[in-house]
Amino acid sequence: MTLNTIKRTVFTVLFLSVFSLGFAKDAKEGGDDKEFDANEMIMHHVKDAYGMHIITLNEGKENEHHISIPLPVILWTDNGLTTFMSSEFHHDYNGKIIVEKNGGRFVNVHEKIYQLNDGETTVSYDAEHHPTNAKMPLDFSITRNVFMMWVSVALLLFIFFSAARSYKKSENNVPSGIGSFVEPLVVFVRDEIGKPMIGEHKYKKYMPYLLTVFFFIWINNIFGLIPIFNGANLSGNIAFTLTLAFITFVITTFSGNKNYWKHIFWMPGVPVPMKIFLMPIEIIGMFTKPISLMIRLFANITAGHIIILALYSLIFIFKTEFMGLVSVPFALFIGIIEIIVTAIQAYIFTVLSALYFGMATEEAHH
Amino acid sequence: MTITGIAALGAGLAAIGAGIGIGKIGGSAMEAMARQPEMHGKIQSSALILAAFVEAVALFGVVAAIILK
Repeated sequence: MTLNTIKRTVFTVLFLSVFSLGFAKDAKEGGDDKEFDANEMIMHHVKDAYGMHIITLNEGKENEHHISIPLPVILWTDNGLTTFMSSEFHHDYNGKIIVEKNGGRFVNVHEKIYQLNDGETTVSYDAEHHPTNAKMPLDFSITRNVFMMWVSVALLLFIFFSAARSYKKSENNVPSGIGSFVEPLVVFVRDEIGKPMIGEHKYKKYMPYLLTVFFFIWINNIFGLIPIFNGANLSGNIAFTLTLAFITFVITTFSGNKNYWKHIFWMPGVPVPMKIFLMPIEIIGMFTKPISLMIRLFANITAGHIIILALYSLIFIFKTEFMGLVSVPFALFIGIIEIIVTAIQAYIFTVLSALYFGMATEEAHH
Repeated sequence: MTITGIAALGAGLAAIGAGIGIGKIGGSAMEAMARQPEMHGKIQSSALILAAFVEAVALFGVVAAIILK
């Protein structure tokens, strides 16, 4: 590292720290009346939400103003389909603002939409802060996670269609533009993941799935780190990782050959009592593999977000802007690690999926 | 001690275990790479995969702590 690099790094960190001082000061002056709750702030950022909230101006003051992108709320109630924009809640998620649509009253309690029972006008809660006089309608809303998933799908389609076009255009199969950026990554997935894990002869059948999963997880991990999208934490959502792990499970189960099933139900090469003992363990193992895939991705990404947000929360917990000098460099450091983690987690998910496919298709060796 | 405290303690214990595990994997991988530099790529990728297996156990602890919170 040269002296110049060190100088530049130090200046960047200092600049960012000073930048945060202003924000911290603002927040301290504005929000004196209510106690800062780090837990609530972090959970609000990590969870899914209706509408993409970008910034709040003059927080806690008279002229408080939110800037956000409203997204549609689609509900299936007893009266049929009910739709409205999330902006009708006016960024209230404490169940205070009631939206009347299609003969029903709807409130947003901690980013879950409840329909009030007939004749009720306010929400009442039980001890655990769950509404008692409201029920949840079927919710098909385009939340910020769904929205970001569509954005990432559109971006991936654009990247790969233009990469494919660049091959078609060139005469001797030399990629250009985006194609030359994508090619090494595709070759990496093929040579470092597909071939060694599945085997030279069978890897081709699984490449489309491996490539899709790799790029889909990677791009969504990166989107989760961009603050302007308010951390639409898609790959840190258990439903998203559950779906991907379930697809891996289905592919593994359906591509399992005779040898694979034999290893599960009647392990070759061990005595009979051991075979009976191993059978339930192997059957449980069939399900724990995709479950651990699901938890690994979910917990890694969510934990990264929580750490960064917790470091920033320190400024508000200690109520001094000088905490920014400590927490901003730390958050920057974790942020850089998170950029590496985005790629590593996509790699790990793909490698383990390929490993399971390889186990399922392995031929018996005598 | 409240249930939150116990959950946090459990997550901490899981982190200690994963720390020991990943430390051992990293140390052995480094040693192996120093002995056989030509196997560098292979050792690195298998070390990463093994680290992911160990790390998953710690993350189960984190998830349990978040759920019990």
